Amino acid sequence: MTAINHHTSDALLAAYASGNLAQPFALVVAVHVSMCIECRAALLAHQTVGGAVMEAGAQAACSGGLKASILDRLDDEPAPEITYARSSIFPSPVMAALKGKPPRWKSLGMGVRQSILSADDTGSVRLLYIPAGRAMPDHSHSGMELTLVLQGSFSDETGRFGVGDVEVAFDDLEHTPTANVGPACICLAAADAPLRFTSLIPRMLQPIFRI
Amino acid sequence: MHTDLINLKDVGRAYAPPRKDMHPVEPSAEMNQQTVWMLAVRDGRDRAAFGALFDFFGPRLKGFIMRSGTNGAQAEDIVQDVMLTVWRKAHLFDPHRAQVSAWIYQIARNRQIDVIRKERRPVPEELKLPETDEIDASQILAVEQDAAQLKAALAKLTPDQRAIIEQAYLGELTHQEISAQSGLPLGTVKSRIRLGLERLRHDLKGLREQ
Repeated sequence: MTAINHHTSDALLAAYASGNLAQPFALVVAVHVSMCIECRAALLAHQTVGGAVMEAGAQAACSGGLKASILDRLDDEPAPEITYARSSIFPSPVMAALKGKPPRWKSLGMGVRQSILSADDTGSVRLLYIPAGRAMPDHSHSGMELTLVLQGSFSDETGRFGVGDVEVAFDDLEHTPTANVGPACICLAAADAPLRFTSLIPRMLQPIFRI
Repeated sequence: MHTDLINLKDVGRAYAPPRKDMHPVEPSAEMNQQTVWMLAVRDGRDRAAFGALFDFFGPRLKGFIMRSGTNGAQAEDIVQDVMLTVWRKAHLFDPHRAQVSAWIYQIARNRQIDVIRKERRPVPEELKLPETDEIDASQILAVEQDAAQLKAALAKLTPDQRAIIEQAYLGELTHQEISAQSGLPLGTVKSRIRLGLERLRHDLKGLREQ
């Protein structure tokens, strides 16, 4: 049992419920909700508001044949849906992003590794592996960054983050997350723009590693 | 605040037959009509009840989907997908946790996003329902009363406030825009969170004791 001390915000949960959160952040919120019953309860509340808005809103008559067409299809065999089960420390949404395969770690040096789950102009999400005592490369971000701990823990200028905790950081935070003593820290990290490194060498490596 | 790390099983295939172990909930006169229909669909695979759910939710879903800019024909395609999901995934509906409209709202938003963005939205792990036939009618009614209070609170908002809530839950506001909105009377949301949390803790306790 682990106490979760750092949660997603109400605004993030509302944006997640309404579908207005970019894919990298939606993944982190889905994983946090998988691990945190308080945020799962909060998501249920947001869904209740959404349901109330839908119920009370303007109606549009459905065309005559729609009901019959739906009723006709109740016995159809639905297309098989691929689902991914949790695997060790990775909750099912992470396994879905990995398409059921183990992470493909790439070294970033100093024992730090990453496995990119998705990256495009709108943002990126990756798994990071940081050995005990090591720091994530110095970086600042141009927008929001969500970092969720799946194994071990890290600390930075703002506090300590253990399994299930999520750090919500904005571009005004220049921080150096460092893995604590214990098992290597494995995180899920999402950013809405490429990270900017503040020291020269990683900055040169940035285009290569897409970090 | 203390939270357990939840160890969950995957729910498996999209369609699962009605659960044998699930004790049908006796429809109560006090329960709202949509809940009664949904339970008849879940426990009895009742097509007439499903038809009644369509009659109630179909036009609301279509109106809701069209408000975010989807045309009528595509909106009807989405209504069809949503209602078929309601039928096929009825075993995942738990009136102790969520009201029918809340459950359908999330199915509809997920489907609409999948269609518009042509990608699969990340969804949380299903929290397995405890294998118990214990039915807590007072909990089901509490969930419904909470939703009714929420609807009443929404109706009392000023038109401007209501417009903001509608925009947010139609997916028209970013999380930055949502967090910039303060002072909305959302006290009932907080009570809904407490209610949901008590139930989830109860369910998890049941899972551990199995």
